[in-house]
Amino acid sequence: MSDIESEQNLAEVKSEELLFDPSLKKKKKKKKAVNFEDEIGDDENQVENGDKSAPAEDNEEEVKAEDDDISIFADMKKKKKKKKETADKEKPEEEAPEPSEFGDLPTKRKKKKKTDMLEFEKQLKEGEESENRQDDDIFVGEGEQDIKETKVEETWLNSDRDYTYQELLGRVFQILRQNNPELAGEKKRYTIVPPSVHREGNKKTIFANVADICKRMHRQPEHVIQFLFTELGTSGSIDGSQRLVIKGRFQQKQIENVLRRYIVEYVTCKTCKSPDTILTKENRIFFQQCESCGSTRSVSAIKSGFKAQTEKRRRQAAQ
Amino acid sequence: MSEIQNLQTYDPFADTGEEDAGQPQGYIHIRIQQRNGRKTLTTVQGLPSEYDQKKLLKAFKKEFACNGTLVQDEELGQIIQLQGDQRLKVQNFLGDNGIDRNIIKIHGF
Ligand SMILES: [Zn+2]
Repeated sequence: MSDIESEQNLAEVKSEELLFDPSLKKKKKKKKAVNFEDEIGDDENQVENGDKSAPAEDNEEEVKAEDDDISIFADMKKKKKKKKETADKEKPEEEAPEPSEFGDLPTKRKKKKKTDMLEFEKQLKEGEESENRQDDDIFVGEGEQDIKETKVEETWLNSDRDYTYQELLGRVFQILRQNNPELAGEKKRYTIVPPSVHREGNKKTIFANVADICKRMHRQPEHVIQFLFTELGTSGSIDGSQRLVIKGRFQQKQIENVLRRYIVEYVTCKTCKSPDTILTKENRIFFQQCESCGSTRSVSAIKSGFKAQTEKRRRQAAQ
Repeated sequence: MSEIQNLQTYDPFADTGEEDAGQPQGYIHIRIQQRNGRKTLTTVQGLPSEYDQKKLLKAFKKEFACNGTLVQDEELGQIIQLQGDQRLKVQNFLGDNGIDRNIIKIHGF
């Protein structure tokens, strides 16, 4: 009796150990999770993390060593444990991506870095995409413009359902365009060629197609250039072949941003959003008149505001 | 004297030309200028006069870890100059400290 009892007790103790002292098991879980993550990370960042994969391997070795230790301590319980593990197997893998579980393990930081990197790259990609999306709102290259003209299929004819409002609207516009081809142009999105910007020497930037862009915006180049200079806090000149030479180093994107702001401020009609406007000057005040809806509004004058003295001037002043 | 001082703060018949750029009810302009090489500087113009510019500058310098100076302009009043491109940081700082973000205008690329 007592023998059996003690055996039972032992078994209970063992199972209790398994149940209530899950540190061994947990360690395994953790390691699994780490390996799991590392594999993902290595797969995705193979080239970039060439140096990082080495420490990860070290970790794996450490893990294996610890595994061995555990097996030494727990060889008797191993069978039971394995059973339990298979039962629990789905859980640890689900829990794996949780970084908070990783306590003080040295792998924590590396893993975090990797996830951070992944996240960062993801954000970067998203950012680029959204920027690209922004790009094609106005600055579309020539020939890239596409008039969105979805063929309206009169699908309701073959079914016994009624047409929807959208379908009917599409039908109206289709007929309208068929009968009045000159109206089709109106539907075109307002686009401007991207500014052609490149560096000249070390300190100057050339904006080659200013004249073209000004013409497309129906604005005097002087006005546009004045805006560019005040916004960029610099100065410049027009060279022999009608290109704008800007002092300072600027990228195409930056010039594009300034132009975009110019268009919002001085070109598009605030009332109907049409870019088909003209700018006239009356008594020192600029007025923007819309060609499509006829509204007129005054626009703010281009103010240069404060201009800090750069070092050259300071030296000149000192002399 | 002191009782009627507030009458002087707004003159509806004042010229609305370039002269009003420095007045407190106007915009706060944050601009950027390129210096030699890759260096830039940020200027903050039109900060409300009720703020102590010196203290603001000190706070900017500490918060953004950059150097800066106070420049007195005859027409535009006091200007804060900071080293580097601090435009977004200045905007956020001012916005977080109770300045209407709509009157903050960021210039430049
Ligand atoms: Zn209009």
